[in-house]
Amino acid sequence: MHPAPSLIAFTVASGLGFGLLFWLGIDATPPSGWVGLAFYLIAYALALAGLGASTRHLGRPERALKAFTQWRSSWLSREAWAAVAALSVNAFHAAGLVFFDLHLPALGWLGAALALGTVFATSMIYAQLRTVPRWHHWSTPVLFLLYAVTGGALLSGRVEAALVLLTVTGAAQGAVFLHGDRRLARAGTTLSTATGLPGPRAFAPPHTGPNYLTREMAFSVARRHAEKLRLIALALGALLPALLLLLPFHHSLGLVALLSHVAGGITARWLFFAEAEHVMSLYYGKSQRT
Amino acid sequence: MTSLPKLTERRLGLVIDLDTCVGCHACVVACKGWNTQSHGVPLSDQDPYGADPSGTFLNRIHTYEVTPADGPAQVVHFPKSCLHCEDAPCVTVCPTGASFKRAADGIVLVNETDCIGCGLCAWACPYGARELDADEGVMKKCTLCVDRIDNPTLPEEDRIPACVRTCPAGARHFGDLSDPNSAISALVEERGGFDLMPEQGTRPVNKYLPPRPRDTWTEEVDVLAPFLEPVAEDARGFLGWLDRTLSKL
Repeated sequence: MHPAPSLIAFTVASGLGFGLLFWLGIDATPPSGWVGLAFYLIAYALALAGLGASTRHLGRPERALKAFTQWRSSWLSREAWAAVAALSVNAFHAAGLVFFDLHLPALGWLGAALALGTVFATSMIYAQLRTVPRWHHWSTPVLFLLYAVTGGALLSGRVEAALVLLTVTGAAQGAVFLHGDRRLARAGTTLSTATGLPGPRAFAPPHTGPNYLTREMAFSVARRHAEKLRLIALALGALLPALLLLLPFHHSLGLVALLSHVAGGITARWLFFAEAEHVMSLYYGKSQRT
Repeated sequence: MTSLPKLTERRLGLVIDLDTCVGCHACVVACKGWNTQSHGVPLSDQDPYGADPSGTFLNRIHTYEVTPADGPAQVVHFPKSCLHCEDAPCVTVCPTGASFKRAADGIVLVNETDCIGCGLCAWACPYGARELDADEGVMKKCTLCVDRIDNPTLPEEDRIPACVRTCPAGARHFGDLSDPNSAISALVEERGGFDLMPEQGTRPVNKYLPPRPRDTWTEEVDVLAPFLEPVAEDARGFLGWLDRTLSKL
């Protein structure tokens, strides 16, 4: 699939923002006053920047509000509702903390649940697609949620939690990289099932140049680079930040750990799109990975 | 609206004969022509006469080669457009309700004024039947020419999809696949019509007819063939001299 910068920015930034909102919501002694305001501003800036980036992916962004109508059937619509609900509930919780020094734990927990629900709905937009076997798996929402809570833990300065989560996220991402390579073959869709012909070979494409389908869905990344990028994603996303957090804590080290994790997360999300094989590309003679 | 109808009264669709399609792309041109000047926004082209032309089409013809175990390779032309699936994944993923399946005849359509151009329906379709128009930013797909088949101002013989009307080989057939007595259902029955990607669970309405087995020649190839045998194996005269001389060099 085409790794659109708007979608990478959307999923990474909103994941971080909602991840931070989750930790602020469940905090027994959350920051209040000016410190609280700073934390909530960062969380809202990230979440809103992510959601804003997602509208750049639309062909008709001026009609984006119509996306709220089909929550009964569409995960994209549910994601829009979850985002609005999470941002609204957490705004009340934040206003209490920042302006009135008032902590309402129940409201915080509700906001945290809605924040995670939003990340879950985002991940289901991809996980629901049977046409992309690499995404159509329970590990997709698990990994999206792990990245969100890990990034949130780093943003909110929770060293112990971040260390555990970096290890778990790194291990899960590594496993998904390897397992993902086998999912297209496992799905059983081949050029033969696509055409009903015995052992076909793509002889001539329908058109001589690229089109929407080949640009959007037949994107393929050179395997050589994919493996290097996977190692970079794991090293920057999990290994380096974990090592930095093991050193005696200093805020500058924490910041470097956060930036490294985000860089690794962006690399992993780029691969999430770039490596995903759409079954439609079989019609164009794209070979399967085994 | 983006939920699928439980039952459609009819299942209008196409049956495409892979045996008779000659790969002339006339259906592609007829489709582009009709759908650019009627229902919905035009099917735009980008840089059509330049170095990197690209455009929106609702029907495309792939070509494949198959090599039977006991015969020479065959070329199979493979027209592909929307299959108007009964369990259309493109409909349920739509966040705005723009994508829908008609309960009356099962045709899958896009309400272009509600489409936000998110592209998720195109991702959900395993067949590559939907294309986002680069000029209009809305999703385009085969309408089964609803503006022909439902149009009482057209002569009876024109009330079929443009691709079917134009096909010079008779490789495309249109009809109601829910009616077991329709000509199109009989054709599917007789020729062993099949679904594309059945494992994707989309239950396509459109069916494909497999290429028939080719004739095999075990006997004499042609009664005239013996007359085409080379008459002079060993050249004599001037040509013979030339042959011998050139061989010695």
